[in-house]
Amino acid sequence: MQRTEHIMGMPIIITTVKPTDGAALDAIFDYFRQVDARYSTYKPDSEISQINRGLPRAVWSTEMHDIMRRCELTTQQTQGYFNIERPDGQLDPSGLVKGWAIQQATELLHSKGVDDFSIDAGGDIQASGNGPTGPEWRMGIRNPFDRTEVVKVIGLRDQGIATSGTAIRGQHIYDPHDNRDLTDIVSLTVIGPTIYDADRFATAAFAMGQKGISFIEDLEGFEGYMIDKHGTATMTSGFEEYVR
Amino acid sequence: MKKALISASVVVAFALYCVHAHDEQNEAPKVTPNSQANQPANTTTRTTTATASTSQSTGQFKDGSYTGTSVDAYYGYIQVKATVSDGKLTDVTFLDYPSDRRESIEINSQAMPMLKQEAIQSQTAHVDGVSGATDTSAAFIESLQAALNQAKS
Repeated sequence: MQRTEHIMGMPIIITTVKPTDGAALDAIFDYFRQVDARYSTYKPDSEISQINRGLPRAVWSTEMHDIMRRCELTTQQTQGYFNIERPDGQLDPSGLVKGWAIQQATELLHSKGVDDFSIDAGGDIQASGNGPTGPEWRMGIRNPFDRTEVVKVIGLRDQGIATSGTAIRGQHIYDPHDNRDLTDIVSLTVIGPTIYDADRFATAAFAMGQKGISFIEDLEGFEGYMIDKHGTATMTSGFEEYVR
Repeated sequence: MKKALISASVVVAFALYCVHAHDEQNEAPKVTPNSQANQPANTTTRTTTATASTSQSTGQFKDGSYTGTSVDAYYGYIQVKATVSDGKLTDVTFLDYPSDRRESIEINSQAMPMLKQEAIQSQTAHVDGVSGATDTSAAFIESLQAALNQAKS
């Protein structure tokens, strides 16, 4: 069974293999709404918006301190490519919060006795336990040149898959900071033990351009599939083990 | 053998690129402005003035450049400029684009030549879910649509 709600500016889809208590799913969607209320930079009352208006660090919530610590760690781990500070000086941790929230929601649903499910937030997905048709979840990697198609099918079990990219074909996309042409790479997908790690590393690796796939190659336990504007894919050395 | 494979993949990649380039030419005029149904529900728009400079009209759109509104893509803001020539959308450039990147940092790209490459191939297999970048494209469509709304003749 499957339920979709639009929260955090994106569709959130929960798929369970067996019929699941509606109250358990309600709790998961409520959790995403709480995350949105705290971390959304376009909600004026959110804690992050208050922080960007000068709320002192001493009165930040424990949760916010935890997220900020994780953001700093990720910045260090990605040689500075993951950066929550916008050009205007405002802080926006949403590049980390999404994957972290899917991870927390996964643990929450586990704690309610649900084993075989997937949680998809805007194309970043954690697969848990058995899939609907077998011991694995069959996850597609979307064709960045045609949204209705997939270019790979990946078998996952208790793993996350995240894609960072543009999903725009044939246009000139320039990095506004140095006019570098970003269209060279249109899509970078990362598979990892958790969606939290897959998502934050996909975000950082995409910002690295051509070198992003090498960054993933060097990460133990992660695989990646990068597509450039010519429709050529570059994959990490262990990626094909996941292809179905 | 390895060299032959690499050569072959380069030829395939170039052929694919030609097909894509051809498709783009054919598909450019299909972009339909002003279809409110395509508007993503959860994006917000910054109060940036949409601007236009026009010349003559010979097709579906008036010739000129049009700047779309700046749209929140959740990871940052997206703003595009659309260029219309002979009544057709001929170019889209990004004025604003989300980036977590910091400048002047070098990444070791030594591993790159060892990684396997292939031309992507579409599949129609059944899947339980699809991973892809969605947020940015929704904001892109909204900003482009705002630009094209001004170009309507």
